[in-house]
Amino acid sequence: MPIDKFETLQSTAIPLPIENVDTDQIIPARFLKATERKGFGDNLFRDWRYQKDGSQNDDFVLNDDRYSGSILVAGKNFGSGSSREHAAWAIYDHGFKVVVSSFFADIFKGNALNNGLLPVVVSESFLEKTFDAIEKDATTKLTVDLEAQTITNEALGLSESFEINPYKKECLLKGYDDIDYLIHMKSDIESFEKK
Amino acid sequence: MQPKTLFDKIWDAHVVKQVEGGPNVVYIDRHFIHEVTSPVAFTGIENRGLKVARPAQTTATPDHNVPTIEQDKPIKDEESRFQVETLEKNCSNHGIQYYGLGSQNHGIVHVVGPEMGYTQPGMTIVCGDSHTSTHGAFGSIAFGIGTSEVEMVFTSQCIMQPKPKTMLIKVDGELSDGVTAKDIALYAIAKLTTSGGTGYFIEYAGSAVESLSMEGRMTLCNMSIECGARGGMIAPDQTTFDYVEGRPFAPKGEAWDKALAEWKELKTDSGAVYDAEFHYDAADITPMITYGTNPGMGVSVQGNIPSGTDLEGTDKISFEKSLEYMGFSAGQQMLGHPIDYVFVGSCTNGRIEDLRAFAAFVDGKKKADSVTAWIVPGSKVVEKQAQEEGLVEVLEAAGFKMREPGCSACLAMNDDKIPAGKYSVSTSNRNFEGRQGPGARTLLASPLVAAAAAITGVITDPREL
Repeated sequence: MPIDKFETLQSTAIPLPIENVDTDQIIPARFLKATERKGFGDNLFRDWRYQKDGSQNDDFVLNDDRYSGSILVAGKNFGSGSSREHAAWAIYDHGFKVVVSSFFADIFKGNALNNGLLPVVVSESFLEKTFDAIEKDATTKLTVDLEAQTITNEALGLSESFEINPYKKECLLKGYDDIDYLIHMKSDIESFEKK
Repeated sequence: MQPKTLFDKIWDAHVVKQVEGGPNVVYIDRHFIHEVTSPVAFTGIENRGLKVARPAQTTATPDHNVPTIEQDKPIKDEESRFQVETLEKNCSNHGIQYYGLGSQNHGIVHVVGPEMGYTQPGMTIVCGDSHTSTHGAFGSIAFGIGTSEVEMVFTSQCIMQPKPKTMLIKVDGELSDGVTAKDIALYAIAKLTTSGGTGYFIEYAGSAVESLSMEGRMTLCNMSIECGARGGMIAPDQTTFDYVEGRPFAPKGEAWDKALAEWKELKTDSGAVYDAEFHYDAADITPMITYGTNPGMGVSVQGNIPSGTDLEGTDKISFEKSLEYMGFSAGQQMLGHPIDYVFVGSCTNGRIEDLRAFAAFVDGKKKADSVTAWIVPGSKVVEKQAQEEGLVEVLEAAGFKMREPGCSACLAMNDDKIPAGKYSVSTSNRNFEGRQGPGARTLLASPLVAAAAAITGVITDPREL
């Protein structure tokens, strides 16, 4: 399905300074039983957001009223584990447009890009400083400019450029997806098969 | 000609087009699907007014949601039942081979594919499941994909992917008694960490790897994803050809001879360069067990949990969080810790060889009363073999009962869940928080370590029992 266009985003951010956040934490397997792609945001980080008795876990950052915004800042190796695209759907459905980390798991990164969720890889030092800044002042804003491939924390006077595959960048800027591309490859694929 | 790695040979032969500044359009020979990651992809192509382009190259079986008892009755969980029925309906609408509950060929998708002969050397194979890496054991490029990519394969039989880097993991020497393919995997992941393979495709080689059976090779390749790699592969050899020959969907007659000649060429050229290399000595590998909440947190079963004193920042926060979840403390010894559950099964260790190893170990012994054990075959074929070989009787005499095939307590999408706070020695592939049920504490290990724990009720070195 076509993806939403992404240009520039300025937003406050939610900090999750934990490493190796795997896709089972992002969306536990028991919530993968839907046959339609909707409502996954309700169960984003389900077992961290809620206590065993179903009540809200006030210690978890998504339940902390100080923090809001459409940027998730996470510890390194975010999205490891399962290939379930439901993880990217849940993050997007919850209202995030960008995930910032110093390192992403491969399949998660691909799944995110295929759904209009931009994974931004920053240096360890940018990540640490950003965690500190948000924890000190929850109104700290980050600006992500896809065209310029930069992420900026103006309050800190900190800016970094990030890498993105040029093809994927074009897809996000224009709201195209790979299926549109592959549909137009029909005759190339048929000639490949005849080889 | 420039010498090439096995990976490069197969990948390059499947690139339909290199997109300028972008990924490769890669042709897919075999697509496996199951009930969890396919429904949205089917809806996607239907919304575009399309049919599955190459239904003959896709094979389906439901595995994640299926119960492991009373499979002859309707699935009780309504959502699970609906998801399985949706797969069956979609396959019927699109002309896809479907092995449903009740079929003699039903099972976990990564067990069914190889045993039916769908998985062959030199192929590109994908499935909306990260453990698709299993099929690399045959000398194929096999990896997990997301649902958008499942839809791409339905649409075009291709996906769009950047080419990964290559990594060699060479294990030379002879494995000691009691050390299995699972221990090689857990050892390598502990060395590499859970993210050390990210961006790479692994080729496993060396005499210890060559000595493994096909089933051991599948176990090893299955776990490749747990160090972050896209997949793992092993060059095909006589072990591979002997396994594939005669299987229902393997080439026959002249087609077999032709295929065999091609498959024999599938190896890394001498002088080919990998982007990274790791060399391990088989003699250093012992039975392994994990103590934390990712598969990289593993130690020798004889070992202790690390002290963690060298960690700082988010590393320290993550390590402490992990031990707190597990109810362990830094420096603690693994041996002798009481356990509550044992799970033998999954796409990692649910094959006949795993059941044979477990049964041979428990033969003549008795299960500890304190332990609940779930022995789950990977497929109906494995179940039948276990019955015919008398393994079921051995298991029953030792106090175990075999269940029916499925993913089961590997990820607890069915009713097989480990209760919160309980310890489970599990032959599956992931020990993430809540993986086997909310609050469950998973210790990954080989079938032998699982068998030893099932007998004693505590973490035990199988070599000492």
